[in-house]
Amino acid sequence: MSVGGEPILRGVDLALAPGRVHALMGPNGSGKSTLALTLAGEPGYTVTRGRALLEGEDLLALPPHERARKGLLLAFQYPPEIEGVALREFLRLACAERGQGFCEFQRNYPRALARLRMEAFDGRELNVGFSGGEKKRAELLQLFLLRPKVALLDEPDSGVDVDALRLIADAIRDLAGSGAAVLIITHYPRILEHVPPSDVFVVDRGRIVEHGGPDLAQRIGEEGFEVVRG
Amino acid sequence: MTKGAARTLTREFVEALSVEKGEPAWMRAHRERCLAAFEKMPLPRFGPDLSSLDFSDLAYYARPVEPVRRWEDLPEEIRRTFNALRLPEAEQKALAGLGAQVDSEVVYRSLLEEVRAQGVIFASMDTAVRDHPWVKDYFMQAIPPEDNKFAALHGAVWSGGTFIWVPPGVEVKVPLQAYYRMQTEAVGQFEHTLIVAEPGSSVHYIEGCSAPRFSRAALHSGMVEIFAKEGARVRFTTVQNWSKNVYNLNNKRALAYAGAAVDWVSGSLGSKVTMLYPTTVLLGPGARTENLAFTFAQDGMWLDSGARALHRAPDTTSRLVSRSVVQGTGKSVFRGTVHVYPQAKGAKAHVECSTLLLTPDAKTETIPILNAETDDVELGHEATVGRVSQEKLFYLMSRGLSESQAMSLIVNGFVSPILKEIPLEYSVELRGILEMSFERAIG
Repeated sequence: MSVGGEPILRGVDLALAPGRVHALMGPNGSGKSTLALTLAGEPGYTVTRGRALLEGEDLLALPPHERARKGLLLAFQYPPEIEGVALREFLRLACAERGQGFCEFQRNYPRALARLRMEAFDGRELNVGFSGGEKKRAELLQLFLLRPKVALLDEPDSGVDVDALRLIADAIRDLAGSGAAVLIITHYPRILEHVPPSDVFVVDRGRIVEHGGPDLAQRIGEEGFEVVRG
Repeated sequence: MTKGAARTLTREFVEALSVEKGEPAWMRAHRERCLAAFEKMPLPRFGPDLSSLDFSDLAYYARPVEPVRRWEDLPEEIRRTFNALRLPEAEQKALAGLGAQVDSEVVYRSLLEEVRAQGVIFASMDTAVRDHPWVKDYFMQAIPPEDNKFAALHGAVWSGGTFIWVPPGVEVKVPLQAYYRMQTEAVGQFEHTLIVAEPGSSVHYIEGCSAPRFSRAALHSGMVEIFAKEGARVRFTTVQNWSKNVYNLNNKRALAYAGAAVDWVSGSLGSKVTMLYPTTVLLGPGARTENLAFTFAQDGMWLDSGARALHRAPDTTSRLVSRSVVQGTGKSVFRGTVHVYPQAKGAKAHVECSTLLLTPDAKTETIPILNAETDDVELGHEATVGRVSQEKLFYLMSRGLSESQAMSLIVNGFVSPILKEIPLEYSVELRGILEMSFERAIG
């Protein structure tokens, strides 16, 4: 795929299994976030060749909101602040589009807030004035409520303190526990110590260069990305 | 003249209008002075082009409907309109008093007994001029006829409107409302609203406006004068949804005495051309004012609005905030004027104007004028103009919201700081109108 005619991803082939946690690692600028945004349907990104199948259907032909309605959701690395839009109202709308009834939302919303210790954010506007770490928790809160089939988490731990990291890790495990295929995108193995992945993919210069088990993350943690660069 | 529509503006017409209304001599003389001023003065030298406004093709007085005491007695067509606007419902549930005017005359008016018992006067302006000689001390004392051509025109031909007097220390807890409807083709509506809030009193007044669409131009040129005495609080909310053949050229001014607070809240959605710059003169120490304006300039409209705060006393504060949404070939202009006089030490003023452009042809201009004649002031100014952020749209769509849902959230969010200040029955209507129009814009 390319951005403004510039090819970015050149060969990415990976499979995600329901109920499992996967990791996509790679140095800065390797194409990790680009892959996540491409899958979510970022309009500035053009796919020149390839498919992204969810239960046999190619998502790349669909606009972003239909991909989400099919169950692919991305927790953003840098979620924007949406002024004047109440967090609760937004989530109610989004949950309705995922086929959840109002009563169901009324039941789940307070639970999800409690799960991420975000009760105090109930009356807030979407991401407005949230710290970096609070935004990450709020992204998990959204995914937690929207119950994705595929959850792409772009740097879910950057800017997050130790306590919040635990909350986020617990929420990620819950997502997988409820059957979602989870892909954690990170250049740093810290989060993976809390949520051990079954599969680790390494991306470099727009290509998947390595695929291994949990020990691969550990090796990268100890020796850096040089281990996969041959 | 009684029922038909008078279309020529002459001294004889103005005199006959005054006689017909049974006005005291001072008002007749005032009308004549205003007419003379109108004939001498030029059109405003700034803002929208008014050359297609034909002063010889306007009904300066029209009374298509006779006043009634009960809603049921109104003619079917008008009753249906007021029902659709849910006025009888609002009267029952949310208001202390309600007036309704069709073209030149007030046709219905009510006031809760307990508010009447507090000594509050809520009357049609015509009645007040006849019943209370002291109205002369206020009428067009905040805005003299020589201020501008439309002030002069208004003073010559004014009819209907609202008079409110709140006795010292009385708080009117529930809003009073008036609704203005233009029903006749090519009519001019010139209602006069005068609010006198005695020391320590408070009142919230709401006015709504609408008209059916005709092909010929109509003119709405109302005037609002507010006198907020020591420590009084007055909030004035206007929601106008005039049809696209209406020139909406108004004068609104408040005098705020020591410790008084005057808030102007407005939602402007309609009209062909609007010129509206509510002004507060902060006359006494500690007086404050807020102006919260939402404008939605749709295809072909030019909404030229603004706010003015004149700081004439120490420790006065003003906050002028505007949010505009512009669609199609619409144009919005915001003129935020703050003037701090030498004696107004310790004054604080903040002007904030944000515009969201929905279409490539949408136009906007921000014209801030901040003058301070003393150093002991805090002046702040912010202006932003932008289009709907693609990043935000994508973010919301990535959660399963369609493009129009996402757009709706972003635009509603943008205007919410103002809309949340507007009473619910109007803000729901405003949001509905916004949504309908940008769903069209997306196609």
